[in-house]
Amino acid sequence: MKNPAGKLRRLQREEAVIRIIMRLATYTVIGVLGIIIFTILRRGLPSLSWEMIFRTPQGGFYFGKEGGILNAIAGSLYLATGATLLAFVTGYPVALFMNSTLRRHKRFVNGFRFILDLLWGIPSIVYGAFGFSVMIFFRVQASLLAGILVVAVFVLPIMIRAMDEGMKNSPAGLMEASLSLGMTPTGFSFRILSRQCLPGIVTAVLLSFGRAIGDAASVLFTTGFTDYIPRSLAEPAATLPLSIFFQLTSPIPEVRERAYAAASVLTFIILVISILARLSSAKLNHNAIKN
Amino acid sequence: MALNNKIDIRNLNLYIEKEHILKDINIRIPEHRITVILGPSGCGKTTLLKTMNRLTDIYPEIDVKGQIFINGEDILHSHKDITTLRKNMGLLSQRPYPLPMSIYNNVAYGLRLSGRRKKQFLDKRVQHYLHQASLWEEVKHRLHEPAASLSIGQQQRLCLARGLAVDPEIILADEPTSALDPISSQEIEQKFLQLKSNYTLVLVTHILRQAIRLADYVVFMYLGEVVEHGPADRFFNHPQTEITKAYLQGSIN
Repeated sequence: MKNPAGKLRRLQREEAVIRIIMRLATYTVIGVLGIIIFTILRRGLPSLSWEMIFRTPQGGFYFGKEGGILNAIAGSLYLATGATLLAFVTGYPVALFMNSTLRRHKRFVNGFRFILDLLWGIPSIVYGAFGFSVMIFFRVQASLLAGILVVAVFVLPIMIRAMDEGMKNSPAGLMEASLSLGMTPTGFSFRILSRQCLPGIVTAVLLSFGRAIGDAASVLFTTGFTDYIPRSLAEPAATLPLSIFFQLTSPIPEVRERAYAAASVLTFIILVISILARLSSAKLNHNAIKN
Repeated sequence: MALNNKIDIRNLNLYIEKEHILKDINIRIPEHRITVILGPSGCGKTTLLKTMNRLTDIYPEIDVKGQIFINGEDILHSHKDITTLRKNMGLLSQRPYPLPMSIYNNVAYGLRLSGRRKKQFLDKRVQHYLHQASLWEEVKHRLHEPAASLSIGQQQRLCLARGLAVDPEIILADEPTSALDPISSQEIEQKFLQLKSNYTLVLVTHILRQAIRLADYVVFMYLGEVVEHGPADRFFNHPQTEITKAYLQGSIN
C-alpha cells in the first residue's frame, strides 16, 4: 500500500457513486408507480360514480349508455376469493409438510421449490389455455367454477412458495424443542410453525388474492363474460381485468374513460389488500421467536 | 445410597453419511445425579445427547446402532410412542427456543399436551414451574406478554420451566449457558444443583470449570470416543489416561 490516503479517497468516491446509482434506481421505481397510479386516477376519477360501482351494465353500456361494472366487481371478488380459498386449503398443508416432516430431505424439498418457482414463472395465459383444453375435453362451458379452478392452480405455486419462504427460515431449534416437549411433527406444524410464521401465511394469502383478482389471461377462456352477477358456480362471470379490456378497446371516448374508472376500482382493491397485508403482518409478528 | 443407573448406553455407534461420529459408546448414567459429558468442541457430545431422546430421528442421514436403556427399556428399538419417550426427557438447548406465544402459554402448553385444561389448575402449575425455574418473581406481572420479549437468560429459564411442566424424569442440557451472561449462567447452574434431588441431569459442556462445579459423574469424550468416565472426584483428581490428563491441564482444546 504505497498511498493509503489515495486509496481511502478512491473508496469514498466509489461509495458516493454507488449511493447515487441506488438512489436513482429507487426514485425511478417510486416514480413509475406514481405515474401509473396518477394516470389511472386522473383519467378514471372523473368517470367514477356510484352508478359505475353499484349497477350492472344496462343496454348499450358499451356504447356509452347507462349502467356500471358491478357485474365485474362482484365476479372478480367471487373468483379471487374462491381461488384463494382453494389454493390456501391445498397449499397450506403442502408448505407445512415441506417444513416439518420433509424438512430433513433437503435435496427433495429444494427440487420441489425449484419446480414451484418454474410454475410461478409460467405466464398465466398458459394456465388459461390449459384450463380451456381440459374444459373442451370434458365439454363444459366457461363458468365461475372453471375460472376458480384455473386461477387456483395458477396462484397455488405463489401461495406455497410465499408461505414456504417464511417457514424455511424458522429456526431448526424450534422444531427440536417442540418435539422434545412430546409434540408430533403434525402438532408442531399446525400449532407452533404456523404461529411462528403467521405473518408469512397472511402475506401469502393476500399476495395470492392480489394475483388472482388482477389476472386477465387465465380467465379469458375459462370464466367467460356476462353482464349479470353470477348466481351459481355454473354460470359465467365477468371480471374486472376483462371489463377494462373490453371498454378500453371501444372506439367511443366515454367508454374508454370508464375503463380507467374500472382500473381505479381494481387498483383500489389491490391497494387496500396490500395495506392490510402490511398492517397485519406487523401486528402478528410480536409473538414470533427471533432467529 | 447405591446409585441406580437411569440410562444405560451399550455399544452405541453413530454414523452421519458413513462417517463414524460416535464410536462404541458404553456408559451408565446414575439417577438423581448430574452427569457431565465433557470434551472439546466437535467431539460428538451434543450428538450423543440427542440420541438419548431420539432427536436424531429428524435427520435421515444419521444412522444409529446399539442400545440405550432407559428404565430398563431399549428406547432405540422401542415400540412405544416416540412422543411418550421424549416427554420423559426435558431438553435445554444451546440457545433458548421459547414457543411463539405468551410466557404463560409456554409453560401451560406442556400441561395442555398431557390433557390438563382447567384454568385454575393451569394457573397453579404455571406458577409452580416458574417458581421452580426461579423466574416467577420477574414475570408474575407480565405473564401474557410474548416470550420473545424476555431477555435471553430469562428465556432459558422459561425453557427450563416449560421442560419441567411436562413432568420428565431426566433433563438433557446441551451447553445451556453458552449464550448466557455470567449471572444468568450462575442462576442456571444453581438451579441444576437444586434439581438433582428429583431429576436425573445430563449436561453437555466444554467448560471445564463448569464441569468441576456441577459434576457428580463425568463422561469425557474425545474425537467421538469415550476416553474415560467415572465419579467426578476420581476423574478430576486421579485421571486414568494421558489424554484426560492433557485435557485437564489445558493442552487439548
